[in-house]
Amino acid sequence: MRRIISMLMENEPGALSRVVGLFSQRNYNINSLTVAPTDDVTLSRLTVTTIGDDRKIEQIIKHLNKLVDVVKLVDLTDGSHLERELMLIKVKVSGAQRAEVMRLADVFRGEIVDVTPTTYVVQLTGTSDKLDAFIAALGDTSILEVARTGVSGISRADKVLNL
Amino acid sequence: MLSGGDMLIRALHDEGVDLIFGYPGGTALHIYDAIFRQDKVEHILVRHEQGATHAADGYARATGRPGVVLVTSGPGATNTITGIATAYMDSIPMVVISGQVTRDAIGSDAFQETDMVGVSRPVVKHSFLVQSAADIPNIIKKAFYIATTGRPGPVVIDFPKDVTDPAEKFPYEYPETVKLRSYSPPQKGHTGQIKKAVEILMSAKKPIIYAGGGVVQGEGSEELTKLTQTLGFPITNTLMGLGIYPATDKQFLGMLGMHGTYEANMAMHEADVILAVGARFDDRVTNSDVSKFCPNATILHIDIDPASISKTVTAHVPIVGPVKSVLKEMNSQIKASSNKVDAEALKLWWENIEHWRQRDCLAVESAGELIKPQQAIQALYEVTKGDAYVTSDVGQHQMFAAQYYHFDKPRRWINSGGLGTMGFGLPAAMGVQLAFPEATVACVTGEGSIQMCIQELATCKQCQLPIKIVNLNNEALGMVKQWQDMQYSGRHSHSTYADSLPDFVKLAEAYGHVGIRIEKLSELKEKLAEAFAMKDKLVFIDIVVDQNEHVYPMAVKGGAMSEMFLSKTERT
Ligand SMILES: Cc1ncc(C[n+]2csc(CCOP(=O)(O)OP(=O)(O)O)c2C)c(N)n1
Ligand SMILES: [Mg+2]
Repeated sequence: MRRIISMLMENEPGALSRVVGLFSQRNYNINSLTVAPTDDVTLSRLTVTTIGDDRKIEQIIKHLNKLVDVVKLVDLTDGSHLERELMLIKVKVSGAQRAEVMRLADVFRGEIVDVTPTTYVVQLTGTSDKLDAFIAALGDTSILEVARTGVSGISRADKVLNL
Repeated sequence: MLSGGDMLIRALHDEGVDLIFGYPGGTALHIYDAIFRQDKVEHILVRHEQGATHAADGYARATGRPGVVLVTSGPGATNTITGIATAYMDSIPMVVISGQVTRDAIGSDAFQETDMVGVSRPVVKHSFLVQSAADIPNIIKKAFYIATTGRPGPVVIDFPKDVTDPAEKFPYEYPETVKLRSYSPPQKGHTGQIKKAVEILMSAKKPIIYAGGGVVQGEGSEELTKLTQTLGFPITNTLMGLGIYPATDKQFLGMLGMHGTYEANMAMHEADVILAVGARFDDRVTNSDVSKFCPNATILHIDIDPASISKTVTAHVPIVGPVKSVLKEMNSQIKASSNKVDAEALKLWWENIEHWRQRDCLAVESAGELIKPQQAIQALYEVTKGDAYVTSDVGQHQMFAAQYYHFDKPRRWINSGGLGTMGFGLPAAMGVQLAFPEATVACVTGEGSIQMCIQELATCKQCQLPIKIVNLNNEALGMVKQWQDMQYSGRHSHSTYADSLPDFVKLAEAYGHVGIRIEKLSELKEKLAEAFAMKDKLVFIDIVVDQNEHVYPMAVKGGAMSEMFLSKTERT
């Protein structure tokens, strides 16, 4: 099953490589990974999406918790949560396609953030599924470039990941 | 005010370190100069950095205190990796200090630059790159704290050379305590879980205690022995656990696993309750197909590392905590409990076990004057009265030592179980002998393994370490050859080298030691006794043994624990 694991990590050199190294060393999957500072300058928040059966996920979480740099960790998929990913996608557009892609971006609540006579850059936020669906919906429109941030997430209601 | 180099040595001293193992080089020279100018921390010069790590490891295993290593950058640092990985796999507390190129040169492919933090990352518990000399006391404190607490393990501290510059001085104060918000090893097991486990133990009909190296590291031997004897249950130990329960006691079934005894493996397979203590269901115990492992057993698992629980075999009652305190609480709960063990069932169970025991799976068949390797270990046991520290290398000799030397105390059997590192035995013995100068220290090895760290004979000379090297010389990579016999129709691909072996007696003499060779069974005990009587000399005892011997019992590949080869012609 797909899981979104989010953790607070010491903002120390080498911390990120320990997390990433753990995944490759133990042959765990990383589908996406995002990391950025938080409101506390000593902490970064890292979110990883991975796939595995319950035993594997349990091991991943236990091993992540063992890392000295990982301060606190939550499996967001354990409870009700929000997940978002941002995508910038550059497509080649001409003629009738221009209106078609604009309409499609609208349907997906995306924004066209860059326009040239031959290209658009569409910006889209949402769940990974939604971004996948947009790509699929583009059909035979020629995609020049895709830049996705990877999944970021947060628990709903009063459940929080902080110290 | 102290320089970084002086601070490092001072901090080691303040941490209680009086002995370190190392090898100098460019980036470590400021530190070596700091060592020269003091007399509190003794430094042992090895002949290869791998030797330094194994020596520190042996020291740690024998004493329970962390082993400390100091090396230079680049090749000095990379040479420690095997030793660090060895310590990591067996959860041994160790601190490795490596030199590094100066901070401004890091990343420039400078002379002898290696990303030590990166290279060692998969085999350390944690690591530090010192960014500023002022951080040294804090980092040292943290490193020792992390290495020695929770599930112990090696920690690397990489020291850029300019951080140790004698010209730059800083105020020094060694912190008394350390606080790491992201690291808090468990202090105590869950009382409710312990209670649940005790209830299950009390109603067990075919129980067994399966205990491993965690009991050595967690100093839980006394409580474990008490628990076992109060309950009257059979106990088996892993290769790493030998000595935590007296091997000469009748409740002890011997080692379990791939080369475990028939009775231990049968009892595991038939058990209805298994109490696993500080053991990790390693594949050398469970055999490769976990689905066949102990089909009837309810598993109670005590370990300090939550990641070791339900990793391969699911625990029905997991207890995360230090073995010593958990066992202590178990003992007091049992004492207070009105429940008694099921004596009737236990009696039947022991009858079963005695029946398996009668098979006498470790019986040795004599072959005239030809010495069987097992006989050599039996003789060693007798000559040393079972009271030596025995280090070992890796191979058949290691298994024979584990099977035939009966360890009654923890920390006496010192071997590389997890990584299986050939070359471990001799340097590890140096660490033990330096920790206990008066003790009898034997290194059981093979002519293959001993050649992997043979250069340490020079260190032994320099430090006058009277180690006794017991070389079971079968003129082959015996364990490899055994597998080739059993699984590759006897095709001995690159496992023999009879025509190119050194004369070990002359080799020992060349290093300034005594060498003797034993070829006949009739002279085995006498010559061994003579060697061990040379209290102040290192003696290299080259014992010519049967080249065709295999280690039995041996688990049948992919089988259950009850499936074993018992000799070249019998299997269960
Ligand atoms: C560094 C290393 N390389 C290879 C091996 C694989 N290996 C395991 S046992 C063994 C043979 C050991 O030979 P020897 O030391 O003579 O012991 P024997 O089995 O003959 O008693 C080998 C090559 C190992 N364990 N460690
Ligand atoms: Mg050999």
